[in-house]
Amino acid sequence: MSGLGVFFRRIWPQLLTLAVIVGLISVMFPGFFDISIANGRLYGSPIDILNRGAPVALLAIGMTLVIATRGIDLSVGAVMAICGAVSAWGITAGYGLGATLLMALSAGLACGLWNGLLVAVLGIQPIVATLILMVAGRGIAQLITEGAILTFNHEGLIFFGSGSILSVPTPVVIWVLTGALVTLVVRRSALGMLIEAIGVNLRASTLAGVNTRVLLIAVYMASGLCASLAGVIAAADIRGADANNAGLWLELDAILAVVIGGTSLLGGRFSLIASLVGALVIQAVNTGILLSGFPPEFNLIIKAVIILIILVLQSPAMRTLLVFFSRDPRGVAETEKETVTP
Amino acid sequence: MPESDASQPLLRARGVRKVFPGTIALDGVDFSLAAGEVHALLGENGAGKSTLIKCLTGAYRRDGGEILLDGKAIDPKGTVDAQNYGIGTVYQEVNLLANLTVAENLSLGHQPTRFGMISTRRMNAHAREVLSHYGLEIDVTRTLDSYSVAVQQVIAIARAVTLSGKVLILDEPTASLDAQEVEMLFTVIRSLRERGLGIVFISHFLDQIFRICDRLTVLRNGRLVGTETTSAIDRVDLVNMMLGRELEHEVRSHGKIHSGTGGTRLSFSGFGRRGRIEPFNLEIQAGEVVGVAGLLGSGRTETAEVLFGVAAHDSGKATDGDGTALNLASPRDAIAAGFGFCPEDRKTDGVIADLSVRENIALALQARIGWMRRISDREQKAMANDYIRKLDIRTPDAEKPVGLLSGGNQQKVMLARWLVTNPSFLILDEPTRGIDVGAHAEIIRLIEDLCTQGMSLLVISSELDELVAYSHRVIVVRDRHHVAELTGADITTDNMVRAIAAPDREAVA
Amino acid sequence: MKSTKAIVGAGVLASMLMLSSSVFAQTVGFSQIGSESGWRAAETTLTQQQAKERGIDLKFADAQQKQENQIKALRSFIAQGVDAILLAPVVATGWDSVLEEAKEADIPVILLDRMVDSSDDLYLTAVGSDLVHEGNVAGQWLVDELGGKDCNVVELQGTTGSSPAIDRKNGFEQAIKGHDNIKLIRSQTGDFTRTKGKEVMESFLKAEDGGKNICALYAHNDDMAVGAIQAIKEAGLKPGEDILVVSIDAVPDIFQAMAAGEANATVELTPNMAGPAFDALAAYTKDGTMPPKFIQTESKLYTKDDDPMKVYEEKKDLGY
Repeated sequence: MSGLGVFFRRIWPQLLTLAVIVGLISVMFPGFFDISIANGRLYGSPIDILNRGAPVALLAIGMTLVIATRGIDLSVGAVMAICGAVSAWGITAGYGLGATLLMALSAGLACGLWNGLLVAVLGIQPIVATLILMVAGRGIAQLITEGAILTFNHEGLIFFGSGSILSVPTPVVIWVLTGALVTLVVRRSALGMLIEAIGVNLRASTLAGVNTRVLLIAVYMASGLCASLAGVIAAADIRGADANNAGLWLELDAILAVVIGGTSLLGGRFSLIASLVGALVIQAVNTGILLSGFPPEFNLIIKAVIILIILVLQSPAMRTLLVFFSRDPRGVAETEKETVTP
Repeated sequence: MPESDASQPLLRARGVRKVFPGTIALDGVDFSLAAGEVHALLGENGAGKSTLIKCLTGAYRRDGGEILLDGKAIDPKGTVDAQNYGIGTVYQEVNLLANLTVAENLSLGHQPTRFGMISTRRMNAHAREVLSHYGLEIDVTRTLDSYSVAVQQVIAIARAVTLSGKVLILDEPTASLDAQEVEMLFTVIRSLRERGLGIVFISHFLDQIFRICDRLTVLRNGRLVGTETTSAIDRVDLVNMMLGRELEHEVRSHGKIHSGTGGTRLSFSGFGRRGRIEPFNLEIQAGEVVGVAGLLGSGRTETAEVLFGVAAHDSGKATDGDGTALNLASPRDAIAAGFGFCPEDRKTDGVIADLSVRENIALALQARIGWMRRISDREQKAMANDYIRKLDIRTPDAEKPVGLLSGGNQQKVMLARWLVTNPSFLILDEPTRGIDVGAHAEIIRLIEDLCTQGMSLLVISSELDELVAYSHRVIVVRDRHHVAELTGADITTDNMVRAIAAPDREAVA
Repeated sequence: MKSTKAIVGAGVLASMLMLSSSVFAQTVGFSQIGSESGWRAAETTLTQQQAKERGIDLKFADAQQKQENQIKALRSFIAQGVDAILLAPVVATGWDSVLEEAKEADIPVILLDRMVDSSDDLYLTAVGSDLVHEGNVAGQWLVDELGGKDCNVVELQGTTGSSPAIDRKNGFEQAIKGHDNIKLIRSQTGDFTRTKGKEVMESFLKAEDGGKNICALYAHNDDMAVGAIQAIKEAGLKPGEDILVVSIDAVPDIFQAMAAGEANATVELTPNMAGPAFDALAAYTKDGTMPPKFIQTESKLYTKDDDPMKVYEEKKDLGY
């Protein structure tokens, strides 16, 4: 069987979900697919989905790796706020673009290191360990911005939010490249398999000689790094670091993206591409709601109902049922065999 | 002492059968318990002790057989139901609520009420009254965790007896008690016996069995080996029953004393870890199979874990054949030194259930090479297919998740994982436990092949016949000490049983 | 218990002594919610400035968003025998007993910026802005600015269900009522944040023919307006010209935008709540003049004619 075939069999439910949602939006809003170029930048609703989805997509990359090890990282939203604040502070303090980015990314790595040490060395449960930074992180960010929205006008930094490369908005370029790079690193090296092994059975992996401690720290650092990229983009987008609101609740969207992407919260097998599609699904729902013109009181309900439908359709029970109804009764025995070996 | 073979047993299990996917945990086991007797239930890991208990108390639904209480068939739906029938259980880890008071724990769920309110005064008085029967005069208003484990055990027993009152099952009650506390517990058990309760006592301390139990029942691989009156059996017979012969014909040692021509491969001196295994000396030749015999909890698995760095040694040192010191602080260190380890509990410590056979086989080698240099899919597949063929692993293909294979095939995958790393020293903990007869023989043959190829092996097994068949040397472990070493023609099941059955130290003192 | 009473008694005595000696050498306790927003930080700064100007010794307590901290602070102020207490309550309920304690100790309490659910004889007065009025001022500006021209307005609401969002929406709608040339075509929440303001504005622009259909934006706060201005620029339109921008709060950043011609008007929610509070207090301590139970602060309208850069310079160091 070809690798590509396996790949598509893995992510077709996510792609189908995305297609259905985009289809629904375009029925309600016929101008959806109009794409033009404004100010040398691609412009249109599909671009908005890709562009606005950047923070959650980036967070989902790190979150997928963490969840694959049977962990979870609740701190990513707060880490976004910290790194956004660091970048705004660095640029307004006159450190120059290179140094500022370096500081922001280092801050993300440091946050990841902290989480990783709590989880891998002290053995604190991931949900508790990362809760600490989730709560404290915004406070740290507020200390950096001194409670206000720290604004800047440095064109170099703004480029990461509203610039474009070959007409493609920079945030889109960043998350697509990051996704591709991480996928490549994880699948071309043995990291992917080792991470999955840790997620399925930590003790057995340790006994097989896998350096579980270092790997666990590494995935939390990767998550911190992704969060810092998202934080820089979010700050650059509004030309200011908003410690109170940057990345607020986005950790939950990131977890949801991973779940929609079909990676189990119990760890093990993961797919980065599917998580990225999951992030786009979430953003497509958000953008669709905004385009629909419904009163804002309905936003959360509409979103919840759509997510509920997606998750129910993806549930194991429903999959069995779908396969069952899609075959004629004589084929049932055959079907059952197929569901055992996904 | 009450008569143990009463005509009408209090509790009787007939032909109890329990099947888990891939294994028969209980295969038509009979068991009977008389009123006023203490009845030991014995067996190694996986013999079926806990499965039998769980069937008796309704924690598992049995697949066959019947359970009679006072001659009437019962079918408890769960532990609470069993309690209502009169069967109470106390586990090794007391599962009461540590932060409630002693009195609250004793009457939890049955608090005396007054005008719909819990009457603390009556509850405390009741608790004092109950505990006085057990010779315990303690402050019942203090929380449970302010007392020692032994006192907590007695409180748990008191609660179980109050709630059920016919049958009391004690699952390894003495595992974490010291000698004096064991005495206290035994006094309680004796007085309950005099009150006519039937007591099932599970322990792997042979001395305690001989001191407190009237009869004993031995299980092995899910089957009943036999029920005996304790006074009519000696320690050697008992160990024989527990570790007894699987094969019909007498197995003779190959009688070869290892030539030693391969030279010393590893030597450990004063190697040990406090609380796990006392310091021991061990020298292993190239191409030698060293067997380790001992009962459950004797320190046999602990020996393997200290050697492999799972629980790193805190005394002694290890050197290789050239006398170079080896660092064995972690499994990674041990693997770097050319070690491999197939642990006893395959499910939790061995296989990565959701990953494929291919990935499971490649895992240890990949971990040793490092994450940067990935073994390509093609190489992994070739490696896996090679060992699927060599070890006859029954799987449709290398991509099947290893968790879906049978126990024997999982064991072979574990072996393959280490064999691809080409280890110089392989530790196997119970390599033949829970696998079918055919796979059993194949694994024994494999052990012999490996040692002729020059690999050194340390094999832990409760199958004494097996040890006789392939070991050049056998170390007997008892009470966390390496107590005997048998070589050549001295390696016989009788000799091993005798060494294992020798009285424990504290009993001698 | 006894000692508390003694201290309270001493406090009352002390305050009476002080009353007789000097009206201006007062001690005032200020229990602030925290510093969750720039506006709140500016309010703290201005309160301290105002106290300094009047020679008042201000005792400041930051409650970090917790009512229990505020109650503790109030009790400590009472124990210290301050002359008056300023309270910016974090929630509306649960103040009765501590306010009664202050009343018993004869210490007047003035509420800043937010109200409480307690009976109004438990506090001297409340200083605050009228949220409906703010929306009204913004709407009135738009009505006057358009002078009868047709205009489609999009609205960026505050957090759904919050009282500023409800009141500022109502005030605006009252002002444009009866002016059929103005139509509110889209209204969506931007959660009071720049990010959401920008994102929602982007979708408005797409939904309304690339923005050609929109003539004005009304945002419930300046932060959302600042985000929306960026979205309008990125869509290739000129905020302030192609799309008029009116918002509320008057934070420094909107004046920069106004100076650049990208925003048209903002309604001030003044952080100077302490000024009117101190004035009322001074009158009360001098001759017992009872202030009204609610002192409404001015909702001042700023446009490009108000020298936005100068206002920006004044405001930028207040801690916004």
